[in-house]
Amino acid sequence: MNLLEKIDAAAAARIALLPNGVGAFGIPIEEVYSATEARIGDRRVLLLGTNNYLGLTFAPECIQAAHDAIDKEGTGTTGSRMANGSYFGHRALEREFADFYQCSSSIVFTTGYQANLGTISGLVGPGDTVLIDGDSHASIYDGCILSGADIIRFKHNDTADMEKRLRRLGNRIETTLIIAEGIYSMLGDQAPLAEIVRLKNQYGCLLLLDEAHSLGVLGETGQGLVEKTGLLQEVDFITGTFSKSLCSIGGFCVSNHPQLEQLRYISHPYIFTASPSPATIASTRAALELLRNGSHLRKQLWNNCTQLYSALKEAGYELGPDPGPVIAAVVDTPQQALLLWQRLLEHNIYVNLILPPAAPEGKSLVRCSVNAAHTRDQIQHVGDTFTKLFKEIN
Amino acid sequence: MTESNYDEIMQLLCDRLSSLTNSNAQITPETNLISQLSIDSIKLLNLIMEIEDTFDVSIPINALTDVQTVRELVDLVYKIKTAS
Ligand SMILES: Cc1ncc(COP(=O)(O)O)c(C=O)c1O
Repeated sequence: MNLLEKIDAAAAARIALLPNGVGAFGIPIEEVYSATEARIGDRRVLLLGTNNYLGLTFAPECIQAAHDAIDKEGTGTTGSRMANGSYFGHRALEREFADFYQCSSSIVFTTGYQANLGTISGLVGPGDTVLIDGDSHASIYDGCILSGADIIRFKHNDTADMEKRLRRLGNRIETTLIIAEGIYSMLGDQAPLAEIVRLKNQYGCLLLLDEAHSLGVLGETGQGLVEKTGLLQEVDFITGTFSKSLCSIGGFCVSNHPQLEQLRYISHPYIFTASPSPATIASTRAALELLRNGSHLRKQLWNNCTQLYSALKEAGYELGPDPGPVIAAVVDTPQQALLLWQRLLEHNIYVNLILPPAAPEGKSLVRCSVNAAHTRDQIQHVGDTFTKLFKEIN
Repeated sequence: MTESNYDEIMQLLCDRLSSLTNSNAQITPETNLISQLSIDSIKLLNLIMEIEDTFDVSIPINALTDVQTVRELVDLVYKIKTAS
């Protein structure tokens, strides 16, 4: 088989898994009306599969800031942070993140994906070890591979399993980095952070936590799982993204270790890419301000989360263990998942379809993401529709 | 570690692989994990965790880039086990 034939073979295998599911991925959104509604084909749909947790995609403050930045600084920086791409805004946003997390150092990256790639590959290298959760996001896996470090997985959220693996590392512990996530994007469950911190202190290694899905969502001021658990000072490095609760594009890493600053000189995903555009940085700064002062948004978000989680639970769906903005209905087969996904769309509800191997343990997921802008009635409608469809798919 | 331990690892892995893939086909040292057993990446990674626990060793998953056949997987486990 040549290279192109290999790609064809992989495509055929994917189509064979779910012959009429081809259109389910990358479905085009023709028009966006608000943080909760858009047009898909000729349907006006309720958006229940975005990462817009605080509902800020149309926040007037963010839109105005982006407009002003384009007017003043143009559409793009046309260069790397290392060269001509570090504007006042990039540095201001770094100071604001450092202040938000009460940390001495902070780096802004062009995407959240690159924040993980750049941070992980900057911190560890060949001969070092990363101990990662088995359900880690692809950006974590890719960062580990890029680093050349030895990659050891522990069972998802299982700290007894993690400890076994820590113990086996012996004197390699010194050069080990543990990586976990605040909220996992598949089932919406949270890392057992207190126990992870206890083990990292007992064994003496470093800990990186990706707060991609928990930023803005957990904790009084929205710092994430570190704030909810009161463990901010115990986590060595925090990464996150601007693409979810902050409604733009970009990523960050914060730390109290001054060594973080050195990554600017060695981390390829930081250096060899253009910096975020002025408009992106400006809207992110405005959104971070709203996020920090957004306890009313978090309250609304969590009301919506509990409302939908209980509705789906009551309807009989198998769900992840923790209620939260990511609520995934777990079904046994890809066919069931596709049917549910299609029926929901026919009822003008857009959710995410996740099939193996992306979904854990060979199951398939129909995943909802709740946001603060959803109304009680919208959530009620989604809950009722799921309830109505339960019999049909089982 | 003696020769019999190598054979033990081989036996154990062949048994696990045949139950994982529900395959009736004979699994030999030369069987290719991906093209012949169609074992997906996640299953393979989970199998590595199991092997780590069985032999009480650390097997970095990046070492799998050089592994295509059952024999190569056994070689890797054997090498790590004898070095530990
Ligand atoms: C856990 C996690 N980390 C990192 C990322 C990457 O973020 P970004 O979309 O900014 O590249 C994502 C988003 O897909 C994620 O879910």
